[in-house]
Amino acid sequence: MERVVMKGCEAIAEAAIRAGCRFFAGYPITPQNEVPEYFSRKMPKVGGVYLQGESETASAAMLYGAGCTGIRAMTSSSSCGISLMSEAIAWMAGANLPVVICNVMRGGPGIGSIQPSQQDYFQATKASGNGGFRMLVLAPSTLQEAVDMVYSAFDLAMKYKNPVLVLADGFTGAMMEPVVLPPAKSEEFLAAERKENEAWACTGRKGAAQRHHLGCGVVPGMATRMPLEEKNKLDFAKYESWKTTEVDYEDYQTEDAELIITAYGVAGRISRSAVDLLRADGYKVGLIRPRKIHPFPEIAFEKLDYSKLRGILSCEMSIPPQYYYDVDAVVRRRTPIATCLRSGGEIISRNAIIEEAKKLYGAK
Amino acid sequence: MARIEINPKLCKGCLYCADVCPKKVIGVTDAVNAKGFQYAVPLHPENCVGCAMCAIMCPDAAIEVYK
Amino acid sequence: MEEKIYKRPAGLQDNINGYCPGCFHPGIGKLIMSVMEEFDLLERSVMVDGIGCVASNMSYIGIDELNTPHGRPCAVASAIKRCSPETIVVTYQGDGDLASIGLAETMMAANRGDNISVFFVNNANYGMTGGQMAPTTLMGMKTSTTPYGRNAQEHGYPMHMCEVLNTLTAPSYLARVTLIDVPHIKKAREAVKQAIQHQLDGKGFSMVEFVSNCPTNWGLTPQESIQFIKDKMLPEFPLGEFRNR
Repeated sequence: MERVVMKGCEAIAEAAIRAGCRFFAGYPITPQNEVPEYFSRKMPKVGGVYLQGESETASAAMLYGAGCTGIRAMTSSSSCGISLMSEAIAWMAGANLPVVICNVMRGGPGIGSIQPSQQDYFQATKASGNGGFRMLVLAPSTLQEAVDMVYSAFDLAMKYKNPVLVLADGFTGAMMEPVVLPPAKSEEFLAAERKENEAWACTGRKGAAQRHHLGCGVVPGMATRMPLEEKNKLDFAKYESWKTTEVDYEDYQTEDAELIITAYGVAGRISRSAVDLLRADGYKVGLIRPRKIHPFPEIAFEKLDYSKLRGILSCEMSIPPQYYYDVDAVVRRRTPIATCLRSGGEIISRNAIIEEAKKLYGAK
Repeated sequence: MARIEINPKLCKGCLYCADVCPKKVIGVTDAVNAKGFQYAVPLHPENCVGCAMCAIMCPDAAIEVYK
Repeated sequence: MEEKIYKRPAGLQDNINGYCPGCFHPGIGKLIMSVMEEFDLLERSVMVDGIGCVASNMSYIGIDELNTPHGRPCAVASAIKRCSPETIVVTYQGDGDLASIGLAETMMAANRGDNISVFFVNNANYGMTGGQMAPTTLMGMKTSTTPYGRNAQEHGYPMHMCEVLNTLTAPSYLARVTLIDVPHIKKAREAVKQAIQHQLDGKGFSMVEFVSNCPTNWGLTPQESIQFIKDKMLPEFPLGEFRNR
């Protein structure tokens, strides 16, 4: 295992290449520019394709094309750039393409700011495009998690034939931290997978019994469209299956906790250290931190003993809050929920979280 | 002896074929196909010289030519 | 012994296509498939369709085929070609798709010299959506969004895509053809052959623009639509080979 100090965006790109990513298209936008820059340096050396699109719209369309060939493919962008990609993201979901998208979130709405934020929660988990499709959404809180999640995202995309979104933020993208890099997938493995994907890829029929047609309303490998409602039902069943197979969260010190702090991504990391300090101070506080924010880890909140809970503090770098509403929906007023929020590129502070937690906790 | 076959299932009755035929082989009858098109038929097949101009013009690739 | 001297190309599906009677669209698909059959490429080619009437190809074209977001075929095709260089990649796009919403994708794929062949169907309006003004709509032409006719003050002038792309360095083949009669169809087929040959030779971006018709939205019979092309379209969109390297 290789332990190195890397910058977030570069670690994300390196993890993707080690996961077998052999196509990347992207367009410059802060704070993720080091991702395409890294790919442009490394792709020629691993026999991969790097393409600078003429826009985010085109870059995502290029990803759609690459995905149709059965290759491991990825794009990255940031917030308003992801909005431009939503066209092709919806198409890739509709066409069941195994692609990976990375959003290094910045402030919003619109152009917002180039500083870190968590203001794309709804966009990521509810509607990254039209038509009500869903993606697996992985939310790293450390650089190591970002590396591991990007690495696994390609396997998940291939397994479920669905786009996978890695929802990082400008903080994770810009910081430097030691990471253990995963081993590179072998060329043999990648070649065998690509060969297998010829069962549905659009690269020419090559003696197959029928042509392949890819697009929305088509199950990969079919010759033409099926009734759209039937296709949507198939996809719905897939999304539902994730609730049993793909729920992933960190449960930290929750066993005897009387107050739960919940947050994802970088806010989750800061919340974790707030929990440590509060514990040292004698507060029985725990943390629920989703590693995947879709599917939402409802079970983490369902299994809490609400009779001994003083409340839940939901922290995120978004005003108005977004993640909060998913927490609220599962808690269903069984305990008070307070929020600790920052927005517009401001980093949430540990002290603010501790202060809000103490307020909600009341007397020890 | 040349002849053409017009696939009534594929024809939409635009009659580009009839316009281009130098021997006025092609025309229409009252017959319509499943899509409701009054399709072209070789009314005077005996005059066909197998020039294939009708087939070249046909946008729907409904005509095949034998010679 | 009787011999079949003209056959329906093997690259087409057996069912009736969704295009209107007299529309040149299926005739263009027929030409492309017949060239691919001649070059023995049916098993190693992909057609990338745009949005609009061109998407009707999904019930017509018999080779591997992709539907793509409106205007993005050139971007999609560029990626496919780079990921799978042995695949022959062609796009099939209308004028709204290629010259309006997808202008950036078209220009940049051409400027990168991506080794793809683009088939561009110019019928001066958005057919599928009911005949709205396109970038290629003629001056004075009435459409459902230029009810008083296209005028320069409000709408500017028709775009000439072959000429526009001909200002770039990278493209290797650019031609404008039409399908109004047998000699022109033969020339059009030659242009399709050239475009595919340029891709086979790895020369880069090739495009064939088809000056096409839209009897339905032009409000003309198929025969009148051919006359309209001769009288109005061809003076605005001159035929010929603009580049052949």
